[in-house]
This record gives sequence, structure tokens and C-alpha cells, in this order.
Amino acid sequence: MIKSKHLLGIKELTSEEIYHILDTAAGFRDVLHRDIKKVPPLRGKTVVSLFFEPSTRTKTSFALAAKRLSADFVNFSVSTSSVLKGETIKDTALTIQALGADFVVIRHPSAGVPHFLSNILDMSVINAGDGANEHPTQALLDLFTIQTHKKNFQGLTVAIIGDIAHSRVAKSNIYALTKLGAKVRLICPPTLMPAEIGKLGVDVFHSIDDGIKKADVIMTLRLQLERQSKGFLPSLEEYFKLYGLTSERLKLAKSDALVMHPGPMNRGVEIESAVADGPQSVILEQVTNGLAVRMAVLYLLAGVRK
Amino acid sequence: MSILITNGRVIDPEQNIDGYNDLLIKGRKIQGLYPKGKGPSADKIIDAAGCIVIPGLVDMHTHLREPGFEYKETIKTGTLAAVKGGFTTVCCMPNTKPVNDTISVTEFILEKSKKEGSCTVYPIGAITRGQKSEELVELEALLKAGCIAFSDDGHPVTNSLIMRRALEYSKIFNVPIISHCEDLKLSEGGVMNEGFVSTIVGLRGIPKAAEEVMVARDLSLCELTGGRLHIAHVSTEGSVKLIRDAKARGINVTAETCPHYFSLTDEAIISYDTNLKVNPPIRTASDVEAIKEGLKDGTIDVIATDHAPHHLDDKNKEFDSAAFGISGLETAFALGLQLVDQGLFDIRQLIIKMALTPSRIMGIGKGVLTVDSDADITIINTEKEYRVDSSTFLSKGKNSPFNKWELKGTVEKTISMGKVFEWN
Repeated sequence: MIKSKHLLGIKELTSEEIYHILDTAAGFRDVLHRDIKKVPPLRGKTVVSLFFEPSTRTKTSFALAAKRLSADFVNFSVSTSSVLKGETIKDTALTIQALGADFVVIRHPSAGVPHFLSNILDMSVINAGDGANEHPTQALLDLFTIQTHKKNFQGLTVAIIGDIAHSRVAKSNIYALTKLGAKVRLICPPTLMPAEIGKLGVDVFHSIDDGIKKADVIMTLRLQLERQSKGFLPSLEEYFKLYGLTSERLKLAKSDALVMHPGPMNRGVEIESAVADGPQSVILEQVTNGLAVRMAVLYLLAGVRK
Repeated sequence: MSILITNGRVIDPEQNIDGYNDLLIKGRKIQGLYPKGKGPSADKIIDAAGCIVIPGLVDMHTHLREPGFEYKETIKTGTLAAVKGGFTTVCCMPNTKPVNDTISVTEFILEKSKKEGSCTVYPIGAITRGQKSEELVELEALLKAGCIAFSDDGHPVTNSLIMRRALEYSKIFNVPIISHCEDLKLSEGGVMNEGFVSTIVGLRGIPKAAEEVMVARDLSLCELTGGRLHIAHVSTEGSVKLIRDAKARGINVTAETCPHYFSLTDEAIISYDTNLKVNPPIRTASDVEAIKEGLKDGTIDVIATDHAPHHLDDKNKEFDSAAFGISGLETAFALGLQLVDQGLFDIRQLIIKMALTPSRIMGIGKGVLTVDSDADITIINTEKEYRVDSSTFLSKGKNSPFNKWELKGTVEKTISMGKVFEWN
């Protein structure tokens, strides 16, 4: 069902493959609710994480996912490794492979690094975020969360608010949602909108009020605080005023609209605390679902490797 | 020693010659041109049947990397790559280590070229000391040492006042100021063209405006000063329009583009192949069309290579940190020939853009087959098809996005100052 042993991006997946991952994740979610949260399918397999950017939740989520499948999980710590001594990414990855790893979960500030490594390595490469390209497991867990509440993607209107230009989460979600038939609206200042994004079949809004009107799902994105100094924004205060998700604005969306955030949140910058902690928020559910989705990805890729 | 080239189709735009002729070389000079079969006997006969016999190509934009980056290329390997590609003259850019901003570096390049070079090398001096956009180099001294033009290539002259002064002061010597047009703030962090493809692959884009605002600035300064401006590596539709308009207004500007700007679009970068990373970046289909139109109507005078060889280690890495540049000498003519095959212009026009005009801009008397001129001649089989294999390049730089391309037009022999190089 899944064709590639690598997960490089949502771009590379078909809608059938996406649904297959979501169905598999549903099975693993049940495992997570048991008293003994461990199953044996990846016993004897080794998963190594190689993160060139700080991350807590994604790395921890992959670690737990691997362990719940009975795989060995090792973190290759970049800050203490030979990378700092000038080793190339290629040599680092080949070293990890030589140590006998079956999967490498990689995050890197440069787009295309997982693709570059997938051409060199025999082990499976899982993209945990590459530059402004993709973060496929985040989109999959977002889909999984939406599916839990909305059942059907066809006809759903999803509004994504924030720093689209620098957001791999937004990119992966755009590909995923459009492939499954949802309507995607992007809301952000023109300085943070990527070039010619409309060609992906999305609607672009610069006004949040127009953009979230009657939306079924609202995803807010983390705003990197350094965007202000780079001239993308005059101030974080102005950003919150124009694009912050407040309870008042949330009323414009459908009454049962879901509020999502990939984390970590900047409360008071892109989202008001009352919304983040409110009844429509599924933010913590996303985190839990991330485990099930990552278990599904590891499990299915292991199947391809056989 | 005398050499007679016979049976070939001799094309020399300078003399308006296109026909089957015999060409006689004696020593380092062209001795005579005769109707086919009428040439005198010679020590060596070269049968050019089925080939064109044309003036040796002139590349006015080459990076030979020496001194300082010998692991990427040397004068020896770079000039070998040149003759392999049909070039008998290369003009080397000054962004070496140290920068060619002093007599000693210029003299080093010339001496090394004389000793180890396979073709004629003309150094281009820096415009500003250390290419820092602060102080002008000593133009007179560098010209006397052997430089023939000035450029801070690799870097723009960021200081508009210094650029004005360079265009003004160089009028004493009537030499071109070659501008690498790039607004460094607009291009900051960018690694490819900004557009739909950069959005799709998630790489930082370089907007076309980063080039065009500097083209516009330099055209204004050229108009203001009456200096001689040459715009290097034109890559965008907007730049073509600006230059076309400037020429129509009588501004003293010439311009070049490179084969990759009319042969590739940014869509290829979906593969993240770092051999496609070049500055300015490969643009979109509409830019390619505009570049071709500019070549056709004379807005763009020259096809140069911007030969930028790199070591494999500088390319075999993540796209963001890979080096910018394409090893271009050994594929340039065949890519130019595609324009002829597409019907854009005839082969004579191609020779004008790759030999005669660059020579005229640089004022070096090359790119012609006139009697008594240097015996720089290239013999090309324009019908022979081949598959590019960059691992066989004579350049140290194997960094070609055209690897594995099926091209037509093989350089059979290159004669550089009377010395014959042959392949196949």
C-alpha cells in the first residue's frame, strides 16, 4: 500500500496512502489507551533521531512511538557530535547507517536534506521537518485529529493563519488537505505569504475576519519571534491585533470549528489564551495523536522494507 | 610548421565568409584562405569534411580559480577545458585568492598561462580593491600589466558612487566595466529563483528584482557618465527589457547571458540537484523566452559561460550550503547550437555571439579568420550527437546540470595559437 520506504513529504504521497496511514494510526491509538502501551512489531529494529534544530515534542513523540513498537531508539545528539567538528551531513548519516540503524528521523534547517539522504542511504529516512519544505508527520497527525471530529474531508473548510512562508507545517497541510478534498484558506500578511502559493489551489486572505468566516477548522501557526527584526512585521503587537486568534474572532467561524496549533505556542502573539485553552481547542489531542500517527508511519515503512 | 585545413565549411562573420574553403596556418598565424582544393601543400593536412571551421570561441566570463582555489580548477585544467569546448580565448574573473587587484596577481596569471595554459588567457581586474566596493584599483597599472577589463564579478559594486566613479574613470582607457548585478539585501539567503517552484521545494528564493534593480541603477549610471558598461550573466525578462530600452536610447551598454539561462528552468530544482544552484539563479520559462528573444534581436550581445568549476565536496551536500556555479566551458557551444536548431538564428549569429562580439567588446582582435590574425580555429561536427558525461570533463569541476543530456555538436579539433588539440 505504501510504496516508498522513506517518508519525505506529503507531496510524494497519494490520497490512498494518506488514508492507509490514518487507518493504521487508528489501530495504534487503541494501543495507547491500554494499560500496557507496548506492542512487538519493531522488535530488533533501531530508530535514530538526527535533529539539527531544537525540538522537544517531535523528537519525544518519535522516541515514544518507536519504543511502543518495541524498537530501540537512539538520539544522535548534534550539539555534542562530530557535526560541530565539521563533519558533513552525508558522512554523519552514513555513520549512523554503519551503526546498524534501520530508520533515521531527521530534522534539518535546509529544505531537501531528507531527499538528499534518501538517495544515499539504504535505511529509511523519515522527514521530521526540512527547512520551509515539509513536516509530513505533523500534517498526518493534524488530519488524524480532524478526522476524529469531522469524519469527512470533502467540503471541509480549513483556515491556516500565520507565517505561511516559513512554515513547513502549513506546506504539508496544504498538500494533505487539498489531496483529500478539503478547501484551504491561507491567512497572513503579504510579507509572510510564499510566492505564487495560489497555484496550489488555495485561497489567500490578508484579513483574518474574511478568512475564518464559516471555517470548520482553524490552524494557527507559531510566529518565529525574529520575524520582526527581519522586517516582515512592524511589531508583534500589531501582528496580534491583525492576525491573533481571539474569542471574538472565533465566533466568525462555525460554532463547532476546531482550533488547532502545532506548538509550541506563543500565547498573546498568534493565539489568545482563552482560545488555546477553550472548548474548541484540540491542541493537546493533536499531541496525543502524534504518537499514534508516528507509530503508524514507522510500522508501515518497516513493512515496505521487508 | 604549416597546417592546411581542407574540406570544411569555413564560416567567418567578420569577413562575411561562409563556404567550403581551405585555410592555411603558418606557425601561430593564419596565412591564407583559398577555395576548396586550391590550398597549397603543407606539413600537416587536417581533413575537416563534414565539419564547420570557425574562429576559436572567446569566453569573456570564466573563473579559472587560480590563484587560491586550485582544488576547484587551475589555469592548466581550466584552459584545457576551454579548448575541449572550442574556446581559444578565455577572460578570467578576478575573484581569486588573492583577488586580482594588483599587478603581481595579473602577472602571475599571465605567466602561469604562458607556461601551462592551452589557450590565450586575458585577466579581468577587479574594479575595487579586494572587491570590497570601497576604493578603485589602479586601472592604468593593471591594464599595463595585461588586464583588459574590470569587474567585481562574484560580488556587485554595492556602493553606487564608486560604481559611478569606475564608469567615469575608465573612460580614460575606453575599457568595459563588467557588472555583476545583484542587490545583496534582496538576494540575502536565497539559493534559487523566487517563485512557485521555490514555494514548492521550500528553498529561499532570490527575486528577479534583485538583479533588475541593479541593472536599472547601472544603466542610469552609464547614461550619466558615458562610460562603457557590460552587464554580466543576464537572467531575467525584466533585465532584457531594461537593456533593450537603454540601447534604444543610445546608452553605451553591452550584455551577456549564459547557456544555462536559455536551456533550463527552475522546475528542474524539484530534484534538489545542487548542480542547478547558480548565481544568478535559473529562472522561469518566460525568462528563458525573453533571453532568447534578447539574443535574437541583439539586446544580448554575447553568450558567455560563467564557467564556475567546483570540487565535488562543495556540491555534494545540502542545497542551502552547496556552492553556486556551473562548470560550463565544455557544454556551451552544443547548448548554443540548440538555439540554431530551434530556428532562433543561424550559425553565423551563434559564432558572432560566442567569438566575434566578445572579442570586440574586450578589444583583443580575436574571433576572426582574417589573414595574419592569430591561428585560433575550432573545427566542429555540428551534426554529431553525444551524451554529456561530466565525469569526462577536462575541467576539475564536474558540476554540470547538463550531465547525461543528449546534445548535438562535437568539437573535433581546436587550434590555439597554431597548436592543434584533437579528440574523438
